Amino acid sequence: MKILVTMKRVADPDNANKVKISGDGTQVTSEGLEWKPNPFDEYGVEAALRILEDGVGSGKLRGEVVVVTIGPEEVTQQIRQCLAMGADRGILVSGDDDKLDAMIVARTMAKLVEKEQPDLVIMGKQAVDGDSNQASQMLAEILGWPQATFAGHVEVPEDLSSATVTREVDGGAAKVKVAFPAVLSVDLRIVTPTGVNNNVAAGKDYQEGPRYASLRGIMKAKKKPIDKLTLDDLGVDRTLQVRTVSFTQPAARSAGVILETVQELVQKLQDEAKVL
Amino acid sequence: MLSFELTDEQKILRDTVRDFAQNEIAPVAQELDEKEQFSVELTRKMGELGLFGMFVSEEYGGTEMGYIAYVIAVEEIARVDGSHAATIAAGNSLGIGPIYYFGSEDQKKKYLPDLCEGETLAGFGLTEPDAGSDAGGSKTTAVRDGDDWIINGSKIFITNAANPLTSVTVVQTVTGKNDKGRKEYSCFLVPADTPGLTANEMHGKLMWRSSNTAELFFDDMRVPGNALLGKQGEGFHQMLETLDGGRLSIAAMGLGGAQGAYEKALAYSQERKQFGKPICKNQAIAFKLANMATQIEAARNMLYKACWQREQKQPFQKLAAMSKLFCSEIFRYVASEAVQIHGGYGLMKEYDVERFFRDQKLLEIGEGTSEIQRMVISRYIGC
Ligand SMILES: Cc1cc2nc3c(=O)[nH]c(=O)nc-3n(C[C@H](O)[C@H](O)[C@H](O)COP(=O)(O)OP(=O)(O)OC[C@H]3O[C@@H](n4cnc5c(N)ncnc54)[C@H](O)[C@@H]3O)c2cc1C
Ligand SMILES: Cc1cc2nc3c(=O)[nH]c(=O)nc-3n(C[C@H](O)[C@H](O)[C@H](O)COP(=O)(O)OP(=O)(O)OC[C@H]3O[C@@H](n4cnc5c(N)ncnc54)[C@H](O)[C@@H]3O)c2cc1C
Repeated sequence: MKILVTMKRVADPDNANKVKISGDGTQVTSEGLEWKPNPFDEYGVEAALRILEDGVGSGKLRGEVVVVTIGPEEVTQQIRQCLAMGADRGILVSGDDDKLDAMIVARTMAKLVEKEQPDLVIMGKQAVDGDSNQASQMLAEILGWPQATFAGHVEVPEDLSSATVTREVDGGAAKVKVAFPAVLSVDLRIVTPTGVNNNVAAGKDYQEGPRYASLRGIMKAKKKPIDKLTLDDLGVDRTLQVRTVSFTQPAARSAGVILETVQELVQKLQDEAKVL
Repeated sequence: MLSFELTDEQKILRDTVRDFAQNEIAPVAQELDEKEQFSVELTRKMGELGLFGMFVSEEYGGTEMGYIAYVIAVEEIARVDGSHAATIAAGNSLGIGPIYYFGSEDQKKKYLPDLCEGETLAGFGLTEPDAGSDAGGSKTTAVRDGDDWIINGSKIFITNAANPLTSVTVVQTVTGKNDKGRKEYSCFLVPADTPGLTANEMHGKLMWRSSNTAELFFDDMRVPGNALLGKQGEGFHQMLETLDGGRLSIAAMGLGGAQGAYEKALAYSQERKQFGKPICKNQAIAFKLANMATQIEAARNMLYKACWQREQKQPFQKLAAMSKLFCSEIFRYVASEAVQIHGGYGLMKEYDVERFFRDQKLLEIGEGTSEIQRMVISRYIGC
């Protein structure tokens, strides 16, 4: 089985307050920012590894995990990080963030799917910078493949032919079954210790969150291949459908107030916040 | 060709170890310090991550990532907690180092794979009650008895030598006199379960409270001939070489600790308001932070250069001593000012800078005091 996982690099979400907007308001400046894999994409890598894990703890996968990114040359670092977690190889399609929108990403992925013939594409439910939450749905549409978005739990049978996905939806969960090939987008809960059940490595005690790139993994990743392509190589239509008009900083949060009594709190929740 | 760019591997390593330290160590560091408790669980996890054996070849279970990588790892752990950085630094430089560099093939095969996994730990026993800075005062003796050796004496302040993971301790002994009439030293690998060995955990430390420190007593302790590390008489040289390497990791602890304390102080000074504005808006505070940042930058460059010299197989001993001295001393300044910037809260255990302030002090004492580093440096520069 082959799984393609998408990974976008984003400005370190723990330091998101350092993101600055250019003078004319049309660009976000990345100066001095640290880059990390988009957290939801890291969850995607973790999910792919868990799906393909074998039952005997050999560390070998029952298939191939390919990490795909569109970005500048420096993203090789974040790809290597995913390879160090255990993915097998990487594909870097060169491209600049400000010349991309969700549709171009989906079109690029569709071309790569054609080329790579994977059984499954796993994407993060959204990138934490643009927060668009569109690429996976568009890709499924272009490919005409079934999709299961916001996956919080995935169960696959031993023969890896389909997935039963518990989707995080407003106020609850929805269970759907998709036959492969399919597109999944993953949510936070997928990396809880029981987020993936592949019916082979049953009862395996995963740690909370995506695995660390171990030092052994980092050394192995050095030797794993990363293919480099351009949008032109893939023949992707680069017409932007989204034009950014302007960015504004969120308003500074005003200071909190300390209330004397519970009655006062209830009063304010009722009258001001209107949540009661 | 002057380049300050780290490799992709080194950058990923820094990110990984930083995340690990933040997620796994930071939440429990204060509690373990308070209870003066060594954590087997965290040590195992650090082993799984690969933090032991970074300069050891793959054939013995290491990762061969090199000295700069090793120092980055220690730095990132120390940025969060000194005790756990001590477990790593001593485990590698003092425990694994001598076995890897001086051990026989059998000794390496026997001990290194488990040590590199973090399944076991090794200690390095040099210091004695009457022999600290002056190793020449050592009184622990090893006397031949047929094929075996009988060891008598004691060691004190030995890191990683009395906990459930300890598998072996390198013990330096006096094995007679050489041709010049000076004491002859030899080192032995003493398994933790050797009859005649008593290993007691030391308590009541000011700092490194969740690092394991041991007092060892050898009472007619019998070890076989193949427990000798290298050859008879090589002990003094082995010790000097081990300490040269160890200085890099102690320096890394100073650098990482300073970085951590500085970041805490900066964040606090941006949030704490007095006189109607964040305290960092006062020049008196801003200049302290500027000094800290400048010293940390200088310290990092010095230490990385020393590591680079070592990786290039150039003489690195002088710069290693300078780095150990400088990184420990800037950490003192930074930790002290970080507490100052926290005002009264910096004196309370709820604030990490309180622990950094205490942990700093060891670095001016362990593995050669600052006075001894200055002696070493002054010899190198020809005084
Ligand atoms: C937590 C901890 C962990 C340790 N881990 C280990 C370990 O794993 N293995 C190990 O072997 N040891 C270990 N040590 C011991 C450490 O290396 C010694 O404490 C250190 O070398 C200093 O020796 P001392 O404590 O006997 O002090 P002393 O040597 O008695 O020094 C006292 C003071 O005198 C000064 N002094 C001594 N001689 C001179 C001189 N000639 N000129 C000027 N000043 C001088 C010193 O600088 C110091 O200020 C550890 C110590 C601690 C506290
Ligand atoms: C053990 C202990 C006992 C105490 N006992 C008493 C007591 O009995 N009664 C009592 O009332 N209080 C007591 N205190 C409180 C003590 O007086 C305060 O901690 C002290 O005044 C500092 O205030 P702070 O801790 O809020 O620090 P902050 O005022 O927040 O200061 C933080 C840092 O900012 C600096 N700073 C603040 N403003 C400026 C400025 N304008 N320019 C330059 N730098 C600035 C400070 O110098 C400091 O470095 C005690 C504190 C402790 C720890």
